[in-house]
Amino acid sequence: MAQKLDYLKETPSQTAGPYVHIGCTSNFIGVQGVYDRDLGSEMKTGPVKGQEITITGRVIDGTGTALRDVLVEIWQADAGGLHNSPQETRGKADANFTGWGRCPGHPETGEFRFDTVKPGRVPFGDGRMQAPHVTFWIVARGINIGLHTRMYFADEDAANADDPILSRIEHRNRVATLLASRDGDAAYRFDIVLQGEDETVFFDM
Amino acid sequence: MKAPKPTRPGGYVPRDRTWQPAALTPAYKTSVKRSPQSALLSFPTTPSEETGPVFGHHMLGALDNDLLHNYAAAGESAIGPRIIVRGRVLDEFARPVPGALIEVWQANAGGRYRHKKESYLAALDPNFGGCGRVIAGDAGGYEFRTVQPGPYPWPNGMNDWRPAHIHFSVFGAGFAQRLITQMYFEGDPLIWRCPIVGALPCREAVETLIAPLDMNGTVPFDALCYRFDIVLRGRRQTMFENRREGL
Repeated sequence: MAQKLDYLKETPSQTAGPYVHIGCTSNFIGVQGVYDRDLGSEMKTGPVKGQEITITGRVIDGTGTALRDVLVEIWQADAGGLHNSPQETRGKADANFTGWGRCPGHPETGEFRFDTVKPGRVPFGDGRMQAPHVTFWIVARGINIGLHTRMYFADEDAANADDPILSRIEHRNRVATLLASRDGDAAYRFDIVLQGEDETVFFDM
Repeated sequence: MKAPKPTRPGGYVPRDRTWQPAALTPAYKTSVKRSPQSALLSFPTTPSEETGPVFGHHMLGALDNDLLHNYAAAGESAIGPRIIVRGRVLDEFARPVPGALIEVWQANAGGRYRHKKESYLAALDPNFGGCGRVIAGDAGGYEFRTVQPGPYPWPNGMNDWRPAHIHFSVFGAGFAQRLITQMYFEGDPLIWRCPIVGALPCREAVETLIAPLDMNGTVPFDALCYRFDIVLRGRRQTMFENRREGL
């Protein structure tokens, strides 16, 4: 027998279920008066630096149907590539930009929408710069553990080509699943496919 | 003696995917068409995952962690067994995670949720909303008051019932720690019959989600206490860092 390692095990995940809104977006679902507003519904708390953009999309299941009970969260750097977080070690982020958004899918269409800014570049562990990206975290009924992916920008060809993660994706035809397309001047479209031929690349990071 | 210069902390320890539920667990039918089939893309964490949003105590209302009263009319209280749920938020190295935001939601004592899509015939409690939140203190401790939720039937198999449970959403210091889970109650015979619980790979993993009755935390003539500790992913310390805790 060897000595025992005394590390704790991470608490296992369980599905967020169909009623995730009660806890996470209670005003949205009609549980009024407990919280003054739904957390993550506003990412901008004042005038922000950089280009303001919108991100819209849907989360689509293996039959091609949009999830209407999904909850999507995003986390990203500000326009200067800094995170509004005590863990940020490289400088001070834009104080008027939280970097974190949370949006339930629309009850009829499943569509989510974030009013945010285009993120700057953030370094990889070895110091190389990553292409601008937004972290996505997706939970819903039927999803046993939150799905983590990233949205990159289709109009950032040069940065994307050098990105330490994008450039390491073996199946090159899947890179496109991580690229948001321009859908107007400052609007981006990012659909996430859970399963099947166009399945989005999901991360284990 | 001069302390060694602090270095950038390391990344988060990878998630043990053999301990976490698989995406596809056919007995939980909704997972069949909502589960990715390709392998996950594994990378070490970067600042994008090592940072995370911060939630201050200033955003909390006085009743946010009191589900007995935070939706109730003045002078009223939710109906059902009064309980306290308390515990600590730690990381895999047993370090407290102060400032962790915990959001909870649950059915009422009859097993009914306050939600537009809910159709169970059990009655709504006009004094129970079913949501609460709390921020962990310096030692990672947290506590909230509520009613014990009831079990309820759900459309999966023809006779599937959810064990009594409370949903937890947890934010740690880094977005890599983001977690949603469910807490179950010691002694509930429905736990071992539930296809959602059954998504977990082993009995030991299930047991970490079962809160024991904690008589030491019970308030006599007021509320029973259940204890539920939460463990988030740990972040490596650099080898020669001058701190005793962690790696």
